[in-house]
Amino acid sequence: MTISDEELAEQQSAIGRIQAPSRLRVVAGRFFGSLQGRIGFALLGLIFLLAFVGPYIGRWTYTDQDFTAFLQPPSLAHWWGTLQTGADVYAVTLRGLQKSLIVGLLAAVIGTTLAAVVGAFAGYFTGWADRSLTWVTDLMLVLPAFLILAIMSPLFESGQWLLFVLVLAVFLWMVTSKIVRSMTISLKEREFIQAARFMGVPPVKIIFRHIIPNMSSLLVVDATLNVSAAILTETSLSYFGFGIQPPDVSLGSLIADGARTAIYAPWTFWFCSGLLIVMVLAVNLVGDSLRDAFDPTAQRGRENR
Amino acid sequence: MAGFLARRLLNYLVLIIVATSLAYMLAASALNPRSNYEGRNPPIPPAVIDARLTELNLNDETPLFQRYLTWAGGLLHGDFGKTVTGGSVNDDLARRIGVTLRLITTGLIVGSVTGVLIGAYAAVKQYGVFDRLSTAVSFVVLAVPTVVLANILIIAVIWFNDAVGTQVFLVSGEATPGLQGGFLTQLVDRLQHLILPTISLSLGLVAVYSRYQRNMMLDVLGADFIRTAMAKGLRRRTALTRHALRTALIPAVTYFAFTFGSLLVGTTFTEKIFGWHGMGEQLVNSISTNDVNTVAAISCFAALAVLLAALASDVFHAVLDPRVRVG
Repeated sequence: MTISDEELAEQQSAIGRIQAPSRLRVVAGRFFGSLQGRIGFALLGLIFLLAFVGPYIGRWTYTDQDFTAFLQPPSLAHWWGTLQTGADVYAVTLRGLQKSLIVGLLAAVIGTTLAAVVGAFAGYFTGWADRSLTWVTDLMLVLPAFLILAIMSPLFESGQWLLFVLVLAVFLWMVTSKIVRSMTISLKEREFIQAARFMGVPPVKIIFRHIIPNMSSLLVVDATLNVSAAILTETSLSYFGFGIQPPDVSLGSLIADGARTAIYAPWTFWFCSGLLIVMVLAVNLVGDSLRDAFDPTAQRGRENR
Repeated sequence: MAGFLARRLLNYLVLIIVATSLAYMLAASALNPRSNYEGRNPPIPPAVIDARLTELNLNDETPLFQRYLTWAGGLLHGDFGKTVTGGSVNDDLARRIGVTLRLITTGLIVGSVTGVLIGAYAAVKQYGVFDRLSTAVSFVVLAVPTVVLANILIIAVIWFNDAVGTQVFLVSGEATPGLQGGFLTQLVDRLQHLILPTISLSLGLVAVYSRYQRNMMLDVLGADFIRTAMAKGLRRRTALTRHALRTALIPAVTYFAFTFGSLLVGTTFTEKIFGWHGMGEQLVNSISTNDVNTVAAISCFAALAVLLAALASDVFHAVLDPRVRVG
């Protein structure tokens, strides 16, 4: 029995139309399928829009001071009111939001990268490399991060905020790196890694080509959750004057100023605190939904019982 | 087992020494005690400043390593050196450590017990109103940093005190200075001061532990040994508390060591904002006043505290999990 050319062509086009479900599509589908994920994504999108487009809509910039309006409540001229210095709350809050977002994102990405590299190297090369890297990880866990960052704060003056991001990242990687290390130890025994090793692929290449990409889902989730950790650390440091230094502003320094006048001028405190809370909440929601999307079995196994 | 424990303790000791030395070196090179004497009117002669700084072992013209050796030599005799004002760091911190310990102990106990209970109850009534509510609330609480939470609490309380017309909650200090009265008056006064800092310190812990405990409890509730226990005729309540809760506590105890570091940081903020004169407050102040020796001493205590927490979590683990004791 033969099939005619037409039928063959039809079947082939049918096969062509079936798309293999890519991992990205599956994960994205699960992510947007959950209410939590949708809310988190929408909130985060709004925050980004506000932080990076918002300043162009306002009439004032964050360095402007209106000497005709000190500590005024929200009005048409100043949408969110003014501070004691006459600065526009809308402008400075958005500037602080921008700064916190950039610092948080950068620190999280750098920190997670560091965690992946250190953890993978420690897990892949057992022996003295593992022992020394694990020891450094333990040491970093014991060092009080807040204290070290605060001591180094004089170095962050005069616009050295990138250095601040780096130091912040240096204190973010330890717990993730411990997880990565134990995952690498089990991953190392898998056939594809063994095959690569027997074919003579150098260890460093195996780590970057095979081991780290295989943990990408863990790393993505962890990077997201590290963003909120970095933002919280940054704002707390800035609150006490140890983080982003004036004349630049951060949500932390704004909250510290606002807390002093919060009783009789609530707009100086609630806008920046509220936005900070919403931002961290959104990041946490996205991180949590991402974790469920990458690893639905863990969640479902629990709920079926 | 004893050899393992000894090796572990030795490793901890080395970690503490290295961490404290690193903190000292960093503080000594980044902070500048000389600036405390600058800009005075009339200006102090440089020779006098030098002599004073050398006396306190803070002179930045002495090589860093030599200062470190002097400091480490003192530390071997249990002496943390002098503060920038010339007082003894030991005396200053001995006064403050009690305040911090009181705050941290109440916060820790209130936070972890409430958190575990909420989490366990939410797991037992999975998808009930209480479960959904506690999950949502803990999500929001986790997004509120301690500094914001403390300030919101203060604002709420000032508003509440105004509405009631009397000072129910007090927001500054550990006790009213110079308060006259018997034991009961003192106790009430201390409680009025204690409530807010405790809430601000423990609310985050409650959120973390309740979420964690809920997940662990759900895992355990479906396990065979719970079903067996009930099949053997144990009441549901007994099975849940004696068998399920106990087993589900083990990971939470392990988690305890990880949360302790962030608890210390939270205490720093809480003390500073509520004006408790503890070690955390001193930490923020000592960095502003370039007090190198105090900074190093506090980081030594912090490292010690984190490792003690790790040790404590090992011990609790052994108490809860018979397999660890036997093995």
